Amino acid sequence: MNRRHILHLIGAAAAAWFAVPSPASAQQPIKIGEVNSYTGLPAFTIPYRQGWQLAVEEVNARGGLLGGRKLEVVSRDDAGKPDDAVRIAGELVANEKVDLLSGTYFSNVGLAVADFAAREKIPFVASEPLSDAVTWQKGNRWTWRLRPSTYMQAAMLVEEAAKLPARRWATVAPNYEYGQSAVKWFKELLKAKRPDVEFVAEQWPAQGKLEAGPTVQALAASNPDAIFNVTFGADLAKFVREGDNRGLFAKRSVVSLLSGEPEYLEPMKDEAPKGWIVTGYPWDQVKTPENTAFVEAYRKRFNEPPRMGSVVGYATFTAIAAAIGKAGSTDGEKLLAALAGLKIDSPFGPVLFRAIDHQSTMGAFVGRTDVKDGKPTMVDWRYADGAAYLPPDDVVRTLRPAE
Amino acid sequence: MSRLVVENLARSFGGVHAVRGVSFRLEAGELLALIGPNGAGKTTCFNLLNGQLRPDSGSIRLDGAELVGLEPSRIWSLGVGRTFQITATFASMTVRENVQMVLLSRHRRLLGLWRPAARQFRDEAQAVLERVGMGGQAERPCGVLAYGDLKRVELAMAIAGAPKLLLMDEPTAGMAPGERQELMALTDSLAHEQGMAVLFTEHDMDVVFGHADRVIVLDRGQLIAEGAPDAVRADPRVQAVYLGNAA
Amino acid sequence: MDFYLVQFLSGLAQAATLFLVASGLSIIFGVTRIVNFAHGSFYMLGAYLAWTFVERWGSDVLGFWGGVLLAALLVGALGAVMEVLLLRRLYRSPELFQLLATFGVVLLVQDAAFGVWGPEDLLGRRAPLLKGTVDILGRPFPLYDLVLIALGPAVLGLLWLLFNRTRWGTLVRAATQDREMTAALGVDQARLFTGVLFLGSALAGLGGALQVPREAVNLHMDMAMVVEAFVVVVVGGMGSLPGAFLASLLIGQLQAFGILVFPQITLVLVFLFMAVVLVLRPYGLLGRKEEAPPPAAAAGPPFAPTGRRAGLAALAALAALAAVPLLAGEYALIVLTEVAILALAAASLHLLVGFGGLVSFGHAAYFGLGAYGAALLVKHVAAPMPLALLGAPVLAGAAALIAGWFCVRRSGLYFAMLTLAFAQIAWSITFQWYGVTGGDNGILGVWPPAWAASRAVYYEVTLALVAAALWALRRAAFAPFGYTLRAGRDSPLRAEAVGIDVRRHQWLGFALAGTAAGLAGGLYAFAKGSVFPTLLAVPQSVDALVMVLMGGIQTVAGPVVGAAAFHLLRTTLMASEHWRVILGLVIVALVLLFPQGIAGFARRLWNRGAEA
Repeated sequence: MNRRHILHLIGAAAAAWFAVPSPASAQQPIKIGEVNSYTGLPAFTIPYRQGWQLAVEEVNARGGLLGGRKLEVVSRDDAGKPDDAVRIAGELVANEKVDLLSGTYFSNVGLAVADFAAREKIPFVASEPLSDAVTWQKGNRWTWRLRPSTYMQAAMLVEEAAKLPARRWATVAPNYEYGQSAVKWFKELLKAKRPDVEFVAEQWPAQGKLEAGPTVQALAASNPDAIFNVTFGADLAKFVREGDNRGLFAKRSVVSLLSGEPEYLEPMKDEAPKGWIVTGYPWDQVKTPENTAFVEAYRKRFNEPPRMGSVVGYATFTAIAAAIGKAGSTDGEKLLAALAGLKIDSPFGPVLFRAIDHQSTMGAFVGRTDVKDGKPTMVDWRYADGAAYLPPDDVVRTLRPAE
Repeated sequence: MSRLVVENLARSFGGVHAVRGVSFRLEAGELLALIGPNGAGKTTCFNLLNGQLRPDSGSIRLDGAELVGLEPSRIWSLGVGRTFQITATFASMTVRENVQMVLLSRHRRLLGLWRPAARQFRDEAQAVLERVGMGGQAERPCGVLAYGDLKRVELAMAIAGAPKLLLMDEPTAGMAPGERQELMALTDSLAHEQGMAVLFTEHDMDVVFGHADRVIVLDRGQLIAEGAPDAVRADPRVQAVYLGNAA
Repeated sequence: MDFYLVQFLSGLAQAATLFLVASGLSIIFGVTRIVNFAHGSFYMLGAYLAWTFVERWGSDVLGFWGGVLLAALLVGALGAVMEVLLLRRLYRSPELFQLLATFGVVLLVQDAAFGVWGPEDLLGRRAPLLKGTVDILGRPFPLYDLVLIALGPAVLGLLWLLFNRTRWGTLVRAATQDREMTAALGVDQARLFTGVLFLGSALAGLGGALQVPREAVNLHMDMAMVVEAFVVVVVGGMGSLPGAFLASLLIGQLQAFGILVFPQITLVLVFLFMAVVLVLRPYGLLGRKEEAPPPAAAAGPPFAPTGRRAGLAALAALAALAAVPLLAGEYALIVLTEVAILALAAASLHLLVGFGGLVSFGHAAYFGLGAYGAALLVKHVAAPMPLALLGAPVLAGAAALIAGWFCVRRSGLYFAMLTLAFAQIAWSITFQWYGVTGGDNGILGVWPPAWAASRAVYYEVTLALVAAALWALRRAAFAPFGYTLRAGRDSPLRAEAVGIDVRRHQWLGFALAGTAAGLAGGLYAFAKGSVFPTLLAVPQSVDALVMVLMGGIQTVAGPVVGAAAFHLLRTTLMASEHWRVILGLVIVALVLLFPQGIAGFARRLWNRGAEA
């Protein structure tokens, strides 16, 4: 923070109040608004930001879009609060005159911005919020989502869980919508495949406040064959350490959502669990041309390996750029038309934005965790294409409100 | 019927009898002094009378109505006013506003949400202040007054409530001798004019014997003497426990 | 049986950490009366510093424990530095003002920790020789947790020795019971306070440092801990270390066994417990009346009855604000709409804090319930906006009537924490009652109808309603109602003795403040289009308090000025990713420059001008 930075800030603040932007000309940049929880969840959002920066730089290095217009991102922190996010979205639309909104991490922030987007009639590409409601129950015409929803990720894991001999299951999930719907879907889908399973215990620690010892002990007391875990971040590390200490994971299978993602797996270092069935991203092992190119470019640019957030950020802006290119315009209606059925190449492979529910078919890697040379990693993984884990179209139609 | 009838009042704190078996009467227009050495139970007595403390047993009747068990605010509305040993005024208000608060309370206007408080009962409050010689300082904040003036404000607040019974805990403590006589003379005339009964404690014996119609003496929680000032002064028990100590 | 024993031990281990942190907080509060929000930040710093030291030297026993101790001492030193550089300059300000300063420190530490240690969670080394488990009745139990269990009573014992067997400790105890007395005895108060801040912060740092072998150090540790530490202090009884010890034991066990009975209760368990304890026991479990602090906001100089000129100035300002849509852009209207709403919310809190001397830590509950009142009416019965805006204050006011009835029976920090408990209960209801409130996904689509859809129209509607409500609040404040609140604050004794039922009046004041906050919440719902449980959460309550303090509690314009200053600063700064450090510095600077608040400072300038 130097004086120029501060002056710039003051200038921007003044401009924010009274600026009357001139109409877009051919050479003016295309502005995209971006909102995310940079101070609320930096472990994910900082790599995410680097991801989209890389994508935008690549687009601009190729000469921009729509006949040479550069892509410019106006990015803001929402502090993890939905009401802040809505105000910022208002600023981005009213002052910055952005043509499209993107970003958000927490589901409630994503939903708040989606509702705002529908009212303002501006396209919104939600990158990360996982709630099913974003594209289903609360879905709207203007909102699209990149990441596989809670339902999809649960379905991916159920496929593996059903193969286990385990019949007695226990669950542990953070006590909010994400945890609750993950457990709900996991139970429902697993029971459909394996009518013989029963769920013998559930734990609902408050997000960020898991009491590891008592929780582990309570789970162990129900003596399950297998455990479904939805906690992540600091809670996960605590849970793993304490569970390991107390032998909770010995001779038990664990199926765990998101735990293979580098931002959550790598901080656990050599204490990372072994043999857990997880969704994640084994960035160093996926040798497809798309991923190799992405990893190389990312490491070159930022001098560190990519995280899951990096891919999400990169793919979000790849999709946005592709949509603008396909629309040949920044007009909202045209962008919507372009997003419907849009195909892009992401580091994970081809991704399609479905017209039916605005959900992308981006998938996740499903595999087992392991520790090699003191470093956590994923083994026996495969790419689970999101398209294969969505309900049939007639079901999806009933899930979305009529337009 | 007497204005105040106290019978067998008792209160102890963790086994220590602060007040026990105290009974006395007080007539309208009478000034009764309650004296006794430090720790004799005078302030406890006052706190029992105005409801800040509940007695363990006994009864307190004002014009025949039982006061025991009522909240202080209710006892006040039945006609028991009080001044405090350590002055207690509303420090963030002016002198006049302090008196206005009492008048607002007396006329049940405390819940008023619209008309400014400072404009209600202004003249009445001013009149009461003039009466105690504080008219000239009506606009000053209470927080900055001299001690003697605070005592006067307390008296003004007490009489603004038009009490039937006024309890004054050390009304002249900290005042110059001249001021003391002046304040007590004022109290005296108020009591006789308005038929108000006054119960007061006092360390200054000149004040006690100069103004009290009657005196009761408390020692270690018990009443040991009662009567006209001269009779009490002559009482050997009183001299032993109280005046003897002082001499 | 064996299971319950091990569960019990797990609860004990958790309790030890809680006790360390809470004892530090209790000591600091007892002596200095500072509501130290930064205490959680010191806990977090202790963890980060210990992580660094343990990574470097922690491979052997000496290095590990040396690192933990060094971290605790360094954090203690930081606490002392905060006292010398910041708090010491504020002892003559209204008591709560120091709370604002520590809030600035919270923001600074958050950003500093992020800058130094980065965004990722840091899993540290385990304690050497203590990595394994022991079998307790056939169940494995971590050795390290046994050490923690022993540490709790050990620290309690050491503190007891310190306070009962050393001269310094005796002084601290004396200062806890009567600050003026110790000052009169010629004790160097400044040095005593520095020492107390050192000790208290070091205990927080130790608590944090000891977490390194148990959990990943992360940037959310501060907030997660500070509220619970306050709960422990208050439940145990302020000024009572054995009380804090007992409270941490009980809370540790509640958490260990509560999740067995009702796993979903994790969100609200400790607050329910605190509410029950405080409703039943006015001074916590082991607190004594004599050690209860005085009412938090002491009587100040009289509020200046604003004259005709001030009234004209307010009208002119209103007219200018009403004309803003002619000049400014949409975003300016968005922000000004929010400023107006927050000004009403802050003014409603100020009615309690500034006039009633009742410091609420849970005022966001009524703001949020107002928002929910409006949103629920729109969602479930398709109410039109005017009806929804009517429902907002009704729901909030009703809730305030219920909560207020309990809260006004307590005073000082006990009152504040009881309001927090009710706010957390309300929050958890909105969070968990999915069928009605939509849970944490909130209620969407609460937009104004077509006639008020434009930003300018909604802004004018908001401005009109807020101005009317502020006018009404101001009238109430200077009417007998407000005077009576002040009377109860200035001298409860005298108030009772002139026929004022202080509790009943405070109760009604609480309800009125809640109602006004509810109207603000209803307006906020339509401004945002959606409502979420975050509106009732602790940070929202803290923000409201910060606004009131920033403006200055001893002026009527204070909350309005404070809300505008805080919100404009925050929204402007959020364009920078380092907004927290800048906002933190601004708050610290404001506190040092204007120890009477912004409006208080302005009034002094005005008065000085008038005298000259």
